[in-house]
Amino acid sequence: MSINPTTQAAPSPAADEAAVRKAISSISRPPKASALSAALTFGWRGMLKVKHVPEQLLDVTITPVMFVLMFTYLFGGAIAGSTGEYLDYILPGILVMSVLFTTVYSGVALNTDLTKGVVDRFRSLPIWRPAPLVGSLLGDSVRYVLAGTVIIVLGVILGYRPGAGIGGAIAALALVVLFSFALSWVFTTLGLLLRSPNAVMNAGFMGIFPLTFLSNVFVDPRTLPPVLEAFVDVNPISILATASRGLMEGNAEAGDIAIVLTVAVALTAVFAPLTTRLYRKG
Amino acid sequence: MTAHSPLAIEANGLVKSFGETLAVDGVDLAVPSNSVYGMLGPNGAGKTTVIRMLATLIRPDAGSARVLGHDIVKEADAVRSAVSLTGQLASVDEDLTGRENLILLGRLLGLKRAAAKERSAELLEAFGLSEAATRLVKNYSGGIRRRLDIAASIVVTPKLMFLDEPTTGLDPRSRNQVWGIIRALVEAGTTILLCTQYLEEADQLADGIAVIDHGKVIAEGTPGQLKASVGSGALHVRLLDPDQRPQAERVLQQGLGDVNLATDPAALWASCSDADRAAETLAELTRVGVRIADFSLDQPSLDEVFLALTGHPAEEVSAGQPNALEEEQTA
Ligand SMILES: Nc1ncnc2c1ncn2[C@@H]1O[C@H](COP(=O)(O)OP(=O)(O)OP(=O)(O)O)[C@@H](O)[C@H]1O
Ligand SMILES: [Mg+2]
Repeated sequence: MSINPTTQAAPSPAADEAAVRKAISSISRPPKASALSAALTFGWRGMLKVKHVPEQLLDVTITPVMFVLMFTYLFGGAIAGSTGEYLDYILPGILVMSVLFTTVYSGVALNTDLTKGVVDRFRSLPIWRPAPLVGSLLGDSVRYVLAGTVIIVLGVILGYRPGAGIGGAIAALALVVLFSFALSWVFTTLGLLLRSPNAVMNAGFMGIFPLTFLSNVFVDPRTLPPVLEAFVDVNPISILATASRGLMEGNAEAGDIAIVLTVAVALTAVFAPLTTRLYRKG
Repeated sequence: MTAHSPLAIEANGLVKSFGETLAVDGVDLAVPSNSVYGMLGPNGAGKTTVIRMLATLIRPDAGSARVLGHDIVKEADAVRSAVSLTGQLASVDEDLTGRENLILLGRLLGLKRAAAKERSAELLEAFGLSEAATRLVKNYSGGIRRRLDIAASIVVTPKLMFLDEPTTGLDPRSRNQVWGIIRALVEAGTTILLCTQYLEEADQLADGIAVIDHGKVIAEGTPGQLKASVGSGALHVRLLDPDQRPQAERVLQQGLGDVNLATDPAALWASCSDADRAAETLAELTRVGVRIADFSLDQPSLDEVFLALTGHPAEEVSAGQPNALEEEQTA
């Protein structure tokens, strides 16, 4: 340890027992934190982690950029004839896909968190049970918003012009983020059931890849064989993509939005309590 | 000890198994308020599992327990409102700074933003953590991390604290600091349930000890009682003149029973845990003219207690934990 050059006494590195005694008796127990305040505090925890390790935002910024460039220039010409037209079709789809992929990481992060002792402390606190989970998903939602914003901005740079303007883009982003929040409960459940972060990642992508590719995100379902077309048409991810396109173009159907919201509520209603139960049990 | 105060922890027949492993096999505990109660046992004895049940993290398969009068299953929320847990794995968030950890807990426990900040500053100061406050916890040394962990447990003063192996892996200086903090907490009126595999730690801190092995409490009492129950202290005598050893042997034989001759031709010893008897025997030696170079009366160490109770030594103990009592005996 280096010697403090100033004349003031260096702060003692040891605990001051008298001060400890004073500290322990100088506080009385405040009323319990409200559910909202506890959840927001956990959201703040998520933000702090991003602040300390900003690199972890790479996956929500670089990946979407790669997707946009790859699908626009690599496949665009082949699938839709021209990159410009395809961008109009694909951009809302890429928005949906990129943000949905990010939800898998919520489960991975929870699984990683569980191996740490701090979870035991959280579990032993007198707080609203789901607060740590709701809070970290709120924090993750900020990541979803970021990923979505990157895609929309990049799309605009490449020549995409949403028919409903900036308002339409924000509405579409809001719908996608809301759905992702609901979907991430599925992955947090997986995160609690599986043994390792890798297992969660594999299982998560094994589920979300086929669902995303068997949707209308990339291709017009009318070009598909009938069986696949039928599946693609009822796939909630297709409906989400259609609704997002509609919101961006200003011709969204209320029915599609209603279905997306219903699925989101249903996912949350099933998987949020399940996750909370599993988290409690440890 | 405070014999009249109500029990802080009262456990009856707690059982918990994980699959095939019977981790806790019918544990009863009675921990008086305002005391330090030690749970002493080797790796895998079930200590952490008992603590996790009492802290409402897992439910017992059978049995029941009341913590500060509240049932750990039916009134789990009331228990959580009155206790705090310093787990065996550091229960602080590695990815945050020390200050952020304390503010986080303050907010979760219901402090307003300003109050949480103020409280964190007070604790950082008291625990000598001001310098480390803005560094990420993952870069802390073990001793600093433990102090932060304990500070985090008293952001709002608990009535009862669970401390799971608070000094495992610390160097002697850090260990002494943690012991100092624990003593300060007790003086301030906190009840502490302390898990440890270090016999010396239980001896130093605990008013009462439960020795636990294979999920069962195999002995219970004050450190003194446990030692007395083994009664394997010894009176060691070294003579000025080795030729007097046969004479000394007869005296010790009469006073204390079985005598052992040491390899040192001038030394001998006999089992004895009663200081008065030892004094009488020494006086007798002097009276008959045996000249004594030096003598010592060893208390049995808790190591021996452990060996006697379980039939196997407490592993781990020899691995790094200095034990003053042990050193004396190798003389
Ligand atoms: N979550 C769990 N799943 C499966 N087995 C477990 C679990 N927790 C504990 N065990 C097992 O239960 C037994 C008791 O473990 P416990 O952690 O309570 O012991 P301990 O006394 O705290 O040991 P140590 O001194 O190593 O911390 C061990 O055999 C352990 O492997
Ligand atoms: Mg343990």
